[in-house]
Amino acid sequence: MTTRWRTLRDTLNGPQDLGRSPGFWAVFVAVALGLLLYPAAGSSFGLSSLASFLLYVPMALGLGLLWGYGGILSFGQSAFFGIAGYVYGIVAGNLAGTPAGTVIAFAAAIAAAALAASVFGYFLFYGQVSGWIVPLLCLVLTLILATFLGQTAGYQWRVGQVLLGGYNGMTNIPSLQVGPVEFGGTSAALYYLVVIVTLLLYLGLRLFVNSGYGHILVAVRDDPERTRMLGHNVDFIQVQVFALAAALAGLSGVLYASWGNYMNPSNMDLLAATLPVIWTAVGGRRSLLAVLLSTVALRALADSLAVSGSQYAFLAMGALLLATMLFFPAGIIVSVARAWQRPRRMLRRVAREPVQAGEKSEIA
Amino acid sequence: MSLFVLANLLYQFADTMAFLLLAALGLIIILGVIDLINLAHGEFIMLGAYLTALSYNWAHLPLLACVLVSMVGVGLFGLFLERVLIRRFYQDKLGALVATWGVSLILSQGILIVFGPSMAAVPFPQWTVTLGSSSFDGYRLMLFGTAIAAVAVLWWLLYHTRIGVQTRAAMQNAEMAACLGIRVRRIYLLTFAAGSALAGLTGALYAPTTTIVPLMGTGFVDVAFITVVVGGGANPIVGALTSAAVLSVISTPLASISGTFVGRIGLLVAALVVIRFLPRGFSGYWRDLQRRRIAAAAVAP
Repeated sequence: MTTRWRTLRDTLNGPQDLGRSPGFWAVFVAVALGLLLYPAAGSSFGLSSLASFLLYVPMALGLGLLWGYGGILSFGQSAFFGIAGYVYGIVAGNLAGTPAGTVIAFAAAIAAAALAASVFGYFLFYGQVSGWIVPLLCLVLTLILATFLGQTAGYQWRVGQVLLGGYNGMTNIPSLQVGPVEFGGTSAALYYLVVIVTLLLYLGLRLFVNSGYGHILVAVRDDPERTRMLGHNVDFIQVQVFALAAALAGLSGVLYASWGNYMNPSNMDLLAATLPVIWTAVGGRRSLLAVLLSTVALRALADSLAVSGSQYAFLAMGALLLATMLFFPAGIIVSVARAWQRPRRMLRRVAREPVQAGEKSEIA
Repeated sequence: MSLFVLANLLYQFADTMAFLLLAALGLIIILGVIDLINLAHGEFIMLGAYLTALSYNWAHLPLLACVLVSMVGVGLFGLFLERVLIRRFYQDKLGALVATWGVSLILSQGILIVFGPSMAAVPFPQWTVTLGSSSFDGYRLMLFGTAIAAVAVLWWLLYHTRIGVQTRAAMQNAEMAACLGIRVRRIYLLTFAAGSALAGLTGALYAPTTTIVPLMGTGFVDVAFITVVVGGGANPIVGALTSAAVLSVISTPLASISGTFVGRIGLLVAALVVIRFLPRGFSGYWRDLQRRRIAAAAVAP
């Protein structure tokens, strides 16, 4: 039992993410406890808005995994977010009243996002296209889906009992419900669900990127040809990660639909497609922790800027993205963490020569 | 009778092909020479349309002068952007993609803040060309002529001028070209400016045909991206021509039967199928064929 625990701990503290010291884990546990105890102190508005920031974390972590660890830049996360949200709305709306209807809808939504990404990814990755083609075709997919859903106003656009609703979107989507617990917009239940999903997902993905598969994924990013020569099926791995990222975006989409009870094309249009890329790039795409932190921080920033008009929020986001790419190409949080680590590492190196083998592997 | 149907079909085909060519030409030139994607391309087109609308409605210039103003204006903007931003990303092409995405957000939202959600329209020039009993829109025929002329000018520049030879050398092997004294950085600068000017031209030419809004670029970039993906950057001229021709053959019947939207879906599916089998696009395939021919000729006695 103790050896298993130790293996788990060592995998969790593997080289693929920032934050491996006991101090980091103390802060992590404190923040997790704080988040879980927050409902005792916070207002229901505070709970609801914090939940609305955190529910985008799966989508962003998916892009971090895909772009930072897999080397595949995608503008398609919001398309899969939208596909899952709409599928959830359609299935849940038609199964209203059925026990576990929303749970079935949840599964169907995630499956739809992953399936759509697998089909799309098959064409992209099995052709072994250049790196710029993937984001371009993802953007086209996003544009076409948003245009399609925008023109679905009227009664002829109906799936079962649910109207797609054009630009006004799909309304009255039932919230997730498991037994007697309903995960509605302002409920503490949804807040707990989102917090627990965020924490477990972060830890799970940290184990994932530090597993054998995660190391192969990083190898695909660093040198696809060499990884192929070593006998790994690079195309298949890329499709798998693309689908996994889409499933995570789908998870965000379902949580969003359950939180707001509506879904509309602007949740998945061109502007929406930029946001995951901005969160991931500004924090630092090669660290899950940085992606998580910057997603929550930038959601909160955009929320406060949007009071004076969404165009100011998007302008600020664009400027932030440009500044990050110019001055901190590795991401702001990752750059700060590195700058903080460097003197400490040099001190340690002086203290005990020779350098240990694992010491050099930094999150580049 | 069937002659008129044929003429009508040809007209629609020419209209679609002109749109694809003009939307993609600036993008594919930059991709071909610098191997870089400018995601702000749609916003450059939008800037061109805004410049035309401003110089037409405020300065009351004739339409041709407005088009020139747009080309020069957006070209200069491209020159400026290359100097301050793009050249920092020549080592990191995906980084350039993300950075130009930031530029596109700043441009579209900045224009929205400065000029508001819409702009005074440019009136559509009513030039009618009649052929027997059917009449065609002269302006749209002119667009097709301009698109072909733009390709011809690019071809002339690339294959019949000194700077064109240097550009092709830089495309084949930038390091070797630099060793031979070609100023590759300057070629990149001029190429980016030329691609921007082409985007400005497109925006100016299509300004009378659409409503001028800050997000109008998105109506161009989806077809531009597909055209560029299908054409490939190995040879911009071959790529743009073949891909625009093939894609308009696919989308014209779809669009005229089931609407523009189905036409766009047809384009996306076509792009996916093409890259599955020709990942470098038509021009990449064409280049491979040529290389194979040269290799075979070298082996033969």
